[in-house]
Amino acid sequence: MAGTTLDGGFQNAPVEAARAFRAAMQAMARPGQIEALDAASPPAPASKAAGSLLLTLADHETGIYLAGAHDCATLRDWLTFHTGAPLVAPEQATFALGTWEALLPLSAYPAGTPEYPDRSTTLIVEMDDLHGEGALLKGPGIKDAARLNLPDAKMMQANTQHFPLGLDFFLTCGSRVAALPRSTQVEAR
Amino acid sequence: MTQTDLTKTEARKTWMSLLAKSPACELERLWGAFDGAEPHTWLRMPEAGGVMVRGRTGATGAPFNMGEMTVTRCSLKLPGGEIGHGYVQGRDKAHATRAALVDAHMQTTKAPALRRAVLDPLEKVLADAKATRAAKAAATKVDFFTMARGED
Repeated sequence: MAGTTLDGGFQNAPVEAARAFRAAMQAMARPGQIEALDAASPPAPASKAAGSLLLTLADHETGIYLAGAHDCATLRDWLTFHTGAPLVAPEQATFALGTWEALLPLSAYPAGTPEYPDRSTTLIVEMDDLHGEGALLKGPGIKDAARLNLPDAKMMQANTQHFPLGLDFFLTCGSRVAALPRSTQVEAR
Repeated sequence: MTQTDLTKTEARKTWMSLLAKSPACELERLWGAFDGAEPHTWLRMPEAGGVMVRGRTGATGAPFNMGEMTVTRCSLKLPGGEIGHGYVQGRDKAHATRAALVDAHMQTTKAPALRRAVLDPLEKVLADAKATRAAKAAATKVDFFTMARGED
């Protein structure tokens, strides 16, 4: 048990979780806007922003799917210790964490049902870079237009076709996070 | 898991159970008298919560929810990397911290000294309390017997 993998949780959980929740909510409410989020320090390869999101949003009732390189013993132990969340397959996942390539295909995740559109997966996509250029975003929460470098604008467009069903995305890079809810219209460039 | 790992887990289970059931004042007294405590960093600050206790009728029946109890837990790390977990009854955060500290130090080279200074006396306190209670209950024992009632 003399591992060092359990370090890096919230030092002052009530305050830091509230701040992180505020950042996550703000990011979802204003698609394309980049928020700072660095309260937690998860083990590699997860980013600070992704770790803070999961510590804030996940608990024993939300299944987490770890994709690709993120599915390692240190990260599994860390999430289990801090959140108590079960680690599940994509079909049961409430949250999924990984790089874009590892998370594909998107059809593997539940997009909700017409009665319960909320029973869908929120994907936390780890990006190499995150900046306000690229695909044009329009829709609720965006005054005129916003831009964000999406991993694959075509797939994001397809995701909005089945509204109110669909997946929601958090895009994380280091200690920064932006979000793309299913309500946002994407225009590829 | 190898055999030694299993016995280690068993031993840890025993002292975790002892610490969880220990009275706060006794642990405070014994831990306070033990010198050689190392500084610690928090992995999880002490937090109180509810735990559903489940039981089985006659220890073999179907499980049922017996009731909730308050539990305080915390986790900490010593400079050497040993991780200690404390789970105790009630809302006493200092008590949970001391339980976690004992658990962590039991994984260091100070374990034999700590066993003598804290765990053995604690075991004795609990055994004494149990014996006293049993003796008090035994003193009120009534032997029921039925005489022939002449129904035949």
